[in-house]
Amino acid sequence: MQFFQFTEEQEMLRKAVREFVEAEIAPKAAEWDEKDYCPVELFPKMGEMGITGIFVPEQYGGAGLGHVERAICLEEISRHSAGLGIALMTHHLCVAGILYYGTEEQKQKYLPELAAGTKIGGLSVTEPGGGSDFMGQKSTGELKDGYWVLNGRKCFITNSHVADIDIWTVITGQDEKGRPVMTAFIIDPDTPGHTPGRKEHKLGLRGSVTGDVNCVEVKVAPGQMLGKEGAGAKIAMTTIQEVGRAGMSAINVGILRGCVEEGVKFANERIVYGKPIAKLQAIQFDIAETRLEYEAARLLTYRAAGMKDAGIPCATEFAMAKLYATEAACRAAKRIMDMMGGYGIINEYPIGRFLRDALASIPAGGTSHIQKLIIAGSTLSGK
Amino acid sequence: MSFNIAVCIKPVPDPSHYDKITIHPVNKTITREGIPTIINPVDKNAIEAALQVKEKWGGKVTVITMAPPSAEENLREALAMGADEAVLLTDRAFAGADTWATSYTLAQGLKKIGHFDLIFTGTESADGATSQVPAQLAQWLKIAHLWNVQQFKITNKEELQAQMKIENGYIEYALKLPALLAVSRECNKPRYTTIMGVMKAKKKPLITYTADDLDLNKDFIGLKGSPTQPGDIYTPELGRKGQELTGEVEEIVAQLIQKLRAAGLNLESWNACAVGRE
Ligand SMILES: Cc1cc2nc3c(=O)[nH]c(=O)nc-3n(C[C@H](O)[C@H](O)[C@H](O)COP(=O)(O)OP(=O)(O)OC[C@H]3O[C@@H](n4cnc5c(N)ncnc54)[C@H](O)[C@@H]3O)c2cc1C
Repeated sequence: MQFFQFTEEQEMLRKAVREFVEAEIAPKAAEWDEKDYCPVELFPKMGEMGITGIFVPEQYGGAGLGHVERAICLEEISRHSAGLGIALMTHHLCVAGILYYGTEEQKQKYLPELAAGTKIGGLSVTEPGGGSDFMGQKSTGELKDGYWVLNGRKCFITNSHVADIDIWTVITGQDEKGRPVMTAFIIDPDTPGHTPGRKEHKLGLRGSVTGDVNCVEVKVAPGQMLGKEGAGAKIAMTTIQEVGRAGMSAINVGILRGCVEEGVKFANERIVYGKPIAKLQAIQFDIAETRLEYEAARLLTYRAAGMKDAGIPCATEFAMAKLYATEAACRAAKRIMDMMGGYGIINEYPIGRFLRDALASIPAGGTSHIQKLIIAGSTLSGK
Repeated sequence: MSFNIAVCIKPVPDPSHYDKITIHPVNKTITREGIPTIINPVDKNAIEAALQVKEKWGGKVTVITMAPPSAEENLREALAMGADEAVLLTDRAFAGADTWATSYTLAQGLKKIGHFDLIFTGTESADGATSQVPAQLAQWLKIAHLWNVQQFKITNKEELQAQMKIENGYIEYALKLPALLAVSRECNKPRYTTIMGVMKAKKKPLITYTADDLDLNKDFIGLKGSPTQPGDIYTPELGRKGQELTGEVEEIVAQLIQKLRAAGLNLESWNACAVGRE
């Protein structure tokens, strides 16, 4: 067995991203949260850094790296702004859909601008009928006069109001057994009938836009189909399982690191009884538990990301990473908040935001219940 | 028209770890163990200046440092920013060098690599902060030099114009190449190291030279070759004491000026500047 260690390049990459984050993101994260503003202007800058196209091959304008490197970027960004973290991670869902399932033509058409961050991506799957009931989607696609006509309403969609390129899943028919046939389409910017709807006012992960996206008689050419007819379920599922949950895991690893670092800082600086509270054993226990949760989440996340890069199926591993990292981030942020006494609930300190961001991470990418179903399913079947 | 450009950089302790720096009570040496280094901040402006010249006019950028072997990491970062080649001068014999010995060693290192049209440095290092190396290095190389450069423009292959920042303005100079410019923070905004840059950096050459590789007068290097030897080194008392000044406003101001003078503040130089400005 090899022990877990990043390569020299990965360490350098982390340092480079950290420098960028500390200059461009950290100073503004609280304001974005307060104003619920998604900093779209950062996408081209993240493009220049190589972040928006981190796992896109160089031939399509990306950095040509993998999912471990992507997780590093998301961890570093979410250490300071999990809101921007989820906006970026969802952009990557659109990128992954096109990269792994698109035709050569589609890759050449969409990936360079998505990698450069001059276009923002989204993935619209969830519907009002229940995100967990994946196959119960109601949106439809009908072939009429050589065009696919899409109709439906998607909700809880990240980047709903800022995405240029949107991937949709719709039901395009039924198979012999009467089961729905799901197909995915890439929708271009400014396609008539494709519009954002209501914008949610969220508890956490503010700094990313979440809202409805509607399709009313949206005409798309057959060339916009992603994969073949009926491939939509697989495309959306694997993208959410192996890229979406990966993203939510890494975002929450970032939040957990924030909890450790902010906790240590506060414990060393806060003087009670004439000495820093870090000298109190009870406080040390808080720090120890938080550090442990950060390390455990980190190991689960990067292990799964390493598997993804090695081409090994990793849906269960990401379900574990996502479940653990998000639940641990909620516990850790609450614990450090309590440790900070009255200061914990003061918004000058980021810990309250970390807690809200962690809580908002639970449903995104599938609820904790759903992750447990996946883990149990594979465990009980002996996988 | 293209330029062969060198940039001298120095690894310095990361300021976010300054609280861990201590002075050994007996040896009086600074313990830096476990403290990571960064590229001296203003040296990044020097790298940026070099890269901008290269991007506009063409050429090649070589970064060089005299430092312990761990400086390889700092050089890799400079390569990731966009430099083409890095040179590390490292040897136990170089240790303990003052600015004179450092500038001599750097000069011999640069001579070994080749001829440079332009050499960039930062104005000062965040740790030593003497600002002496740039001028000394240029003197060893017998080339024109300017310190505290806030802006510069290359006019042709032989000449450049540069603004040297002074207290209340700047002086404009024309310099013949080859020349050395010690740039200030105002000169530019250093670019971020991109992920693509990091990936390219590992394939770029990083050459190490020891004392034996260079044409050196061994009496000019390291601690032995250093005419300056530090005397005592101590941690200053940083206790604050408050003091109340009483009386009429004029009296209080007079007392304040007296106290500031007594504390060693040179108020005259400021006055002179203020008068000159009118
Ligand atoms: C911040 C954020 C961003 C999001 N971004 C996107 C996006 O970009 N694109 C997108 O398509 N979607 C997105 N979503 C939607 C997300 O995928 C859904 O919220 C999620 O799938 C849950 O669906 P739901 O909210 O409809 O809850 P429901 O499915 O209605 O679930 C309600 C409750 O029932 C439980 N439940 C449901 N089924 C089961 C079961 N079989 N067993 C046990 N318990 C069950 C759930 O765990 C939950 O407690 C986002 C959500 C959030 C919060």
